[in-house]
Amino acid sequence: MFENIGQILILIWRTFQALPLVVRHKKKVFDQLFEIGNASLLMACVLSLFIGGVLALQTGVTLAERGLSSFIGQIVGLSMCKELGPVMMAVFISGRIGSAMAAEIGSMAVYQEIDALKTLNINPVHYLVLPRLVAISIALPILVVFSNLVGWFGGAVVSVYNYKVAISYAAYFNSLRSGVDFVDVANGLIKSLVFAVIIGAVSCHQGLRTVGGPRGIGRSVTKAVVNSIVLILILDYFLTRLLMHLDR
Amino acid sequence: MNSTQRRGVGIQVRGLRKSYDGQLVLRDISFEVAPGEVFVIMGPSGSGKSVLLKHLIGLEKPDAGEILIGNEPISSPGLMDRHRIAMVFQSSALLNSLTVGENVGLYLAEHRLKPPAEIEKIVAEKLELVGLAGAQNKLPSELSGGMKKRAALARALVVEPELLLYDEPTSELDPLMAVTVAEEILKLNRRMSVTSVVVTHDRDLAFGIADRIALIHDGTIYSIGKPDEVRNTTHPLFQRFLAADFNLKQSSDKP
Repeated sequence: MFENIGQILILIWRTFQALPLVVRHKKKVFDQLFEIGNASLLMACVLSLFIGGVLALQTGVTLAERGLSSFIGQIVGLSMCKELGPVMMAVFISGRIGSAMAAEIGSMAVYQEIDALKTLNINPVHYLVLPRLVAISIALPILVVFSNLVGWFGGAVVSVYNYKVAISYAAYFNSLRSGVDFVDVANGLIKSLVFAVIIGAVSCHQGLRTVGGPRGIGRSVTKAVVNSIVLILILDYFLTRLLMHLDR
Repeated sequence: MNSTQRRGVGIQVRGLRKSYDGQLVLRDISFEVAPGEVFVIMGPSGSGKSVLLKHLIGLEKPDAGEILIGNEPISSPGLMDRHRIAMVFQSSALLNSLTVGENVGLYLAEHRLKPPAEIEKIVAEKLELVGLAGAQNKLPSELSGGMKKRAALARALVVEPELLLYDEPTSELDPLMAVTVAEEILKLNRRMSVTSVVVTHDRDLAFGIADRIALIHDGTIYSIGKPDEVRNTTHPLFQRFLAADFNLKQSSDKP
């Protein structure tokens, strides 16, 4: 496990070192961005709509019973942008995109395509990992922005139309505006950027070390998704602590 | 440097040893290949030929021993820039997400050695050379095994190598195409003095193109010499290997 983490950190470091070369690989970055956006945006919005809705439902009814309906917007707003938006989108993207990265690179490793790149003196980190890591690091924070907006809207719809909560749109969004500021949104975006690097590095690392044919590819995909999610949830705690400390 | 002036590069392998999970795959392999030579490594399946080839291009690191390419250790930084080395894989190893044309021009495009228009021209030339004219826009999945192998050869030729390694270049090819590939190996050798190392168990190919042949079995080289010398080997396994022929009908007809 520690060997794996070490290898992942080395892969991240090598990719950062190669960042100046990203201009040469811009077409591949755009292709990956399109792949991630095209594959994930709609599903991310649907997911976020219901996350915001269920958050409003769970908290709204209890708050309304205690006459605290005016706090619903604030609670949904903060929960979405600081926690649920970044974490849920990271989990979703690790399943949707991380698995695809591990499978694609894993199949290239198994069928000697990566060896062929090396014999052509083409660095697989520059050719395969750099564009994917850059693209996911751009795409995930953007998805989180969409997730926040749609999640807030989902919370608003439930708060207005659920008869046990039944507050107005104005009351909901006033509460949200008073409780959520730019720093809160930025906190979530910083988290999502870290999660994106983790998903990209873990998935590419698993893909690159794939051996053993189709079964090996399957194993790599499973490991990429599971390891990404575990690391995201563990890192989320420490990032939250760090950001709370910086926020003071 | 003009391609016609390009010279091959020599190889020295000394005491090479490699094991996987405690199993010795290469045992103290030593040999030398002169610049411009066609050196064939022949042996039965599972004898360590492909692993040896992967060591010669730096894809595997030996447990012991050293490999010198042009008198420089293979691990020297920038060796691949100083001595162009290319390899034709047994599985072809074309990048499945790229078209044939993109695969063949990959080296030039990624290293930005030529403008796109010139790359297209070179790609077309190399594809024509291997009998795949007009296949630029096809995907590797649309090609037969033999066509893939030829596309892989075209990709290796684009590098204008000083050392060209072939892993079973005639497997999956029909006899006519196998002869074409063998001719191409010899043509390259004569035109550019490319050093060629060919791993194969195809006896016709080995005796047809080799300047020297090394016989390998169980990770050990038993004999190195000119084709005629190797043909007269006294090693029982290789005598059987070289004499093996289909006599199935005769043997099944026997009562």
